[in-house]
Amino acid sequence: MNETLLELKDLVKHFPVRGGALIKRQVGAVHAVDGIDLTVGEGETVGLVGESGCGKSTSGRLAARLLEPTSGKILYRGQEISHSSRRQLKPIRSEIQMIFQDPYSSLNPRHTVGTIIRGPMEVNDINPPGGRKKRVQELLEIVGLNPEHFNRFPHEFSGGQRQRIGIARALALDPKLIIADEPVSALDVSIQAQVVNLLQELQRDLGIAFLFIAHDLAIVRHFSQRVAVMYLGKIVEVGDRQSIYERPRHPYTHALLSAVPEPDVSSEPRERIRLAGDVPSPINPPSGCRFRTRCWKAQDKCATEVPPLVRLSGNREGHLTACHFPDAPTTQGEDVVLDPALA
Amino acid sequence: MTTVSWSGEPGTSRGPGPFLSVRDLSVEFSTEDGIVHAVDNLSFDLEKGTTLGIVGESGSGKSVTNLAILGLHDPAHTKISGEIWLEDQELTSADGTTMEQLRGNRVAMIFQDPLTALSPFHTIGRQIGEVYRKHKGASKKEARDRAIEMLRRVGIPQPETRVDHYPHEFSGGMRQRAMIAMALVCDPDLLIADEPTTALDVTVQAQILDLLKELQQQFGTSIILITHDLGVVAGTADNVMVMYAGRAAERGTVREVLREPQHPYTWGLLSSMPRLNASVDVPLTPVRGTPPSLLNPPSGCPFHPRCDYTKLAGPELCFGQRPSISPETGHGDACYLTLEQKRELRTAKTEDHA
Amino acid sequence: MTSYLVRRVAGALVILMIISAITFYLFYAVPRDPARAFCGKICQPETLALIRHNLGMDEPLFVQYWHWLAGIFTGREFVQFGECPAPCLGYSFATQEPVFGAIVDRFPVTLSLTLGASVVILAFGIMTGMIAAWKVGQPLDKIASASSVVGASLQIYFVGPLLAFYLVDTLQLIPRPSYVPITENPVEWFTHLLLPWVVLSIIFTANYTRMTRSQMVEQLAEDYVRTARAKGMSSKAVFFRFAWRGAMIPIVTIFGVDLATLLGGAIITEQTFSLHGIGELAVRAVQNTDLPMLLGVTIVGAAAIVLLNILVDVLYAFIDPRVRLT
Repeated sequence: MNETLLELKDLVKHFPVRGGALIKRQVGAVHAVDGIDLTVGEGETVGLVGESGCGKSTSGRLAARLLEPTSGKILYRGQEISHSSRRQLKPIRSEIQMIFQDPYSSLNPRHTVGTIIRGPMEVNDINPPGGRKKRVQELLEIVGLNPEHFNRFPHEFSGGQRQRIGIARALALDPKLIIADEPVSALDVSIQAQVVNLLQELQRDLGIAFLFIAHDLAIVRHFSQRVAVMYLGKIVEVGDRQSIYERPRHPYTHALLSAVPEPDVSSEPRERIRLAGDVPSPINPPSGCRFRTRCWKAQDKCATEVPPLVRLSGNREGHLTACHFPDAPTTQGEDVVLDPALA
Repeated sequence: MTTVSWSGEPGTSRGPGPFLSVRDLSVEFSTEDGIVHAVDNLSFDLEKGTTLGIVGESGSGKSVTNLAILGLHDPAHTKISGEIWLEDQELTSADGTTMEQLRGNRVAMIFQDPLTALSPFHTIGRQIGEVYRKHKGASKKEARDRAIEMLRRVGIPQPETRVDHYPHEFSGGMRQRAMIAMALVCDPDLLIADEPTTALDVTVQAQILDLLKELQQQFGTSIILITHDLGVVAGTADNVMVMYAGRAAERGTVREVLREPQHPYTWGLLSSMPRLNASVDVPLTPVRGTPPSLLNPPSGCPFHPRCDYTKLAGPELCFGQRPSISPETGHGDACYLTLEQKRELRTAKTEDHA
Repeated sequence: MTSYLVRRVAGALVILMIISAITFYLFYAVPRDPARAFCGKICQPETLALIRHNLGMDEPLFVQYWHWLAGIFTGREFVQFGECPAPCLGYSFATQEPVFGAIVDRFPVTLSLTLGASVVILAFGIMTGMIAAWKVGQPLDKIASASSVVGASLQIYFVGPLLAFYLVDTLQLIPRPSYVPITENPVEWFTHLLLPWVVLSIIFTANYTRMTRSQMVEQLAEDYVRTARAKGMSSKAVFFRFAWRGAMIPIVTIFGVDLATLLGGAIITEQTFSLHGIGELAVRAVQNTDLPMLLGVTIVGAAAIVLLNILVDVLYAFIDPRVRLT
């Protein structure tokens, strides 16, 4: 791996919950992100997967410093930016850009595409050689849109094309790191692949590092060199693509992988793990290991001790798992059916 | 016109034909911008106790077709032609009262987002119970007991207390279970599930799909499962119909369509999906371009502007004439490529990926 | 719920304190001196000073405000003028009576007027809006929508005299507007207030018709309404059991805001029909620079609006189970 670009150290973000009788005071907190460590190297793509409410989007916003962490550190090229002011962040802002999920609401409908893409250059007072208009047209070309269309409005484009506009905007400042928060989940299947391919080309041609946040495990696998799996504000497993998808050690990773619906009928029946119930509330997460309430391997120890995220014996270098009992059998009998509704 | 059947002979009389039979269905909406041709000459059958997966992207007409079965379209702005037979009853010409008695009773529907699809102002118990009261003439007490029974059946813990809760007090997965309970309260013959798991997380999606299968095995309900995800269809449906621009592009058993897809659009859908077991070094092969506008659908084959094989199949055909699905029964598709050409192209594709 | 109410009322009191302090400062900072007005044309400086002293006007403004505030709980005495028992909102030198008493006397008139108008607004506005939504796109909808546009532009001081001329003078259908206490004769109370109610409510009714219609049409397009139809509910049941509740939420919210405007309209209506209500009291107080009276009316009006808004919020929680009052 090259030089470390982004480093998250024991990062915590709690959102206060207010209540109380006469005077509103903080009565609790949503533990959105609860102590995560993650690095993104230069030109590297790191996938962040998990179900809704696991804190992956909050982590992305923290990494882009759109949010200020409750505690912990965010380092960009070794420089701490956890609590930097707007002014201090300014030089870094241009290097970290975001792409959002919804191509409909993340573009101002009253601005032309040209204005939207030019926006970051104006804010950061950047004058590319040849002028901003020329740069806008270059960017449109890079993302596969007609460069003559800079005068059109977002509503004149389809969803996939709008997402390309969002990508062009993110590219306007030659970023070193793009945080892509569910960039394709709002798009149709046939369009998703177009956008994923585009992002992959950008990564390859421009050497941009990506933090790719998604709930779709297959797309993350396709796109990311390393993958981190989040559950209820914690990273439960992280490692290179091969380790996570072929030799997962955490029961949650197992369950996620076995739940992915694959359009195959020929292959032999896959391991089938059905998790019981829903994700617990992040306001009051379970003690010890957060996954224990849905885990079939859970023992007493899991309720009292938080499992550390460590390299288990048998894990490859860089493959870390937070589980007390990774070697308990993954399946019991034919199917692990833990859902009371199915029993 | 083409008469299509999944199995057996194409029925001419309304005897013991398929359970649900849609014939030459067209649905048009008038909007400010013009007429939207949402469904164009669609025919399909559904056998009792089986699941038909209807797969398509946004604007493919998959949801509209099913709203038409239930008569839930806005009659002022919609023009429907063709026939929809539910056993011996024709639905497009049925009057309002007949449809009301049918809905929620013989044919039930579940929707994509259970949070918006359930009334925020009424308890879950009341929303389930009122269907039962309406169609079975049950008393308030009976309806409540039935609601509790249904909640238990779909795996909601403590149904006796949950019955008095409001939808916002349920989690996403539990809400969809409650929605299913509501749909099944009158033991319908046909359940239409419109993207029932799209708004849910993968692990919850797996739970819900399992639940639907379980309930089908227990009660013999026929299911139409509308989805954009071929993966969902693979594990759940018996038959599948791929829709594009309001028309059927391909249909057959799940095994046939996923193993030996015939239509270039189905190829495109399958090759755009990343797989957990595929090589990661090969880029995905998306379908180029964007789905057509249904205000002004392309002439000829609606897929031709995005298709790579029009030269091979014969441009005058592809550009000029709507292909109809062939063969008339079994595994069929609407494309002018010959079987031989399709086989060759498919083999070439598999070699590319290997 | 209780803790919510306690907190809201406490908040309301703080708001009223702030309003009264600001109003007090604004009114008493004006150059017009009530003592001088009272003193008459030939005014000896000593007499003036004495009057000022008796009125408590020789003290700093914040002390005066403190006296005024304390008077609400303890009552005050104005030497030479008269007594002002608790709750004392001040003493009107122009009319020579305690402000609170004057307001209490006229309160039933304004209350009858606004409550009656509210009923007309909500009943007719919502009803015609519902009918329009039910028959959306049909002639009845178009008539309701068109008449609501006309109604929304009919001002009280124009419609009032016009209707009074035709209905009362020419056709003699209803009696001339006046106030008959409801305790005395409920029927006459009703008939004599009918015209003011209608006149005051026309503009509002028209607005509520349009709002109800658009809200209903919006609700009818919601997913949960589609679900209700998919369950086999009849159109009527869908309309009256499902959609209306969603439509009522914004209506109730807007009504809370409109209450203040309604009180403003009541002032004009009272003027138009010479009803002796709080509005008329306020107008006369302005004309006479009767500052204590004006201050009292302002505070009572503000209190009414603040309290009614608390009521609206509670109502909100009853309509929508998602709203929890905590």
